[in-house]
Amino acid sequence: MICLLTLPPVPLELKSPLSFRTRAQQQHSHPFSQTLRSHTVPHKTLTGGGTATTTVANVALSEHNDLNAAEEGEPLPAELNEELMPNHVAVIMDGNGRWAKQRGLPTSAGHQAGSRSLRELVEICCKWGIRVLTVFAFSYDNWIRPKVEVDFLMNLFEREIKSQMQKFVSEGIRISVIGDSSKLPQSLQKLISDAEEKTKDNSRFQLIVAASYSGKYDIVQACKSLACKVKDGVIQLEDISESLVEQELETNCTEYPYPDLLIRTSGELRVSNFLLWQLAYTEFFFVKELWPDFGKAEFVEALISFQQRQRRYGARLS
Amino acid sequence: MRKFIFRILSVGTIPNHIAFIMDGNRRYAKKHNLWADDAAGHKAGFLALTSMLKYCYELGIKCVSIYAFSIDNFKRRPNEVQYVMDLMLEKIQGLLKEESIVQKYGARVYFRGNMTLLTEPIRVAAEKAMVATANNTGMMLFICVAYTSTDEIVHAIQESCNNKWVGIQEANGSIAWNQAIGDEEYQLEEKAIIKLRDIEKHMYMGVAPDPDILIRTSGECRLSNFQLWQTTYCLLYSPAVLWPEIGLRHLVRAVLDFQRHRSYLEKKKKQA
Repeated sequence: MICLLTLPPVPLELKSPLSFRTRAQQQHSHPFSQTLRSHTVPHKTLTGGGTATTTVANVALSEHNDLNAAEEGEPLPAELNEELMPNHVAVIMDGNGRWAKQRGLPTSAGHQAGSRSLRELVEICCKWGIRVLTVFAFSYDNWIRPKVEVDFLMNLFEREIKSQMQKFVSEGIRISVIGDSSKLPQSLQKLISDAEEKTKDNSRFQLIVAASYSGKYDIVQACKSLACKVKDGVIQLEDISESLVEQELETNCTEYPYPDLLIRTSGELRVSNFLLWQLAYTEFFFVKELWPDFGKAEFVEALISFQQRQRRYGARLS
Repeated sequence: MRKFIFRILSVGTIPNHIAFIMDGNRRYAKKHNLWADDAAGHKAGFLALTSMLKYCYELGIKCVSIYAFSIDNFKRRPNEVQYVMDLMLEKIQGLLKEESIVQKYGARVYFRGNMTLLTEPIRVAAEKAMVATANNTGMMLFICVAYTSTDEIVHAIQESCNNKWVGIQEANGSIAWNQAIGDEEYQLEEKAIIKLRDIEKHMYMGVAPDPDILIRTSGECRLSNFQLWQTTYCLLYSPAVLWPEIGLRHLVRAVLDFQRHRSYLEKKKKQA
């Protein structure tokens, strides 16, 4: 939704080393298996009554503003293997500003177009059984952008949450927002809080929106939290381990905190203070297209690339 | 020819720090039918490393870091792990010799990682190498062994908590004796328990500038738990070439990309 500015770090206020990544065991039935799904999501029988064989529903997916898109599952393209679909996809939605500039439009038009891309992606992820989508909507580093743009984005967030709420509820989508929400406008904070509460028991799909988020900030707050626990005697200093840190990170709101695949649009080849700890073993896929031009075809390309990768987590496969 | 290319590159900004994930040794060995011998790939990899260090030195790169051995790599077959450990010991001892590349380029060597996971001979050799090169003022060479970023961060958190806790206990002690310190100051001290800079200070890689470019060979496009904190803003470059086959052209390409991206970012900064 926003063109990210990658700046040098802005100063912020924030035993068992052989514990092999329990994340691998979380996500896979066998640590080094290529089979990423621990279960298959029956995406063709989501609501009662739909026949799995109909293909009419596929057309509805391309409608940007169609909130009542058919509940029928869209079949996976032939090039993709259902067994190798990622559980958690993360996206850095970069390029809205450039997209608008190319068309002689104001930046706000780029963000509007970007929000359509996001809605499409949420739709596809839901239908293809991806469990979690985390999007970098607004970085902590972006607060220095022009006030006009920042205000527009805050308003856009509010409008989008309000307009999509009905869909989240009806489609079993859980929304979570991570980041330093204290800097967001009060009205947006309240809206987020309500939306999270209303959808907290939804389990079909989770959309995590990183707003006013910084990967470093996430680790600092986890550290502060652990420091308080040490001070209060809840844990000992020596108890601080990778898994304790994992539990304190803001991604503790999901069963799948570690993205399998990270996509960044607009040709930038960097992470820019998005998820940091959580990206340790994530496969990266960089795309030249600007975010508003990122659609199903580009997503399929990313997934094809992902499915061909051999994930070894430091070990050997053979 | 190389000097000429480097002179052209030097017209633009030269990156301060390049990090390398040296991936592809085993695939290289397999490709050249040396697969029966795990050693061959790693030996070829070491030669590639010395070439890269030479080019970086000539180009004026101030700092190089390499992912020599990850904590995750301990999961490999014991004989491969043992071979790599033996090779490492041999090469570390080699650094102390006068004709070594490190001495030639006046490089200061740093071993970074969870050294307690290594055997004593390697720890001792590493310590010796660090002491021997401590006065070198040329390139800084960070060799990450028994390293993962998450382990580094946990360690930094523990150290930060420990220091702050000791600091607060001392502050508590002095409050009892000093009536002048008001409650407010004490509250502030409590709240500002850990800051970003506290964590950064205690990172294994704390003395190094953040990498400007991270080069990972063999086409894999992931960080594998290497310098997650430090590379968050840096250019990620993943050429398909296997590590033992990396050459000057890859380094030149990486630096050119860095210069191109950098000028774009500078423009964006001005617009903000």
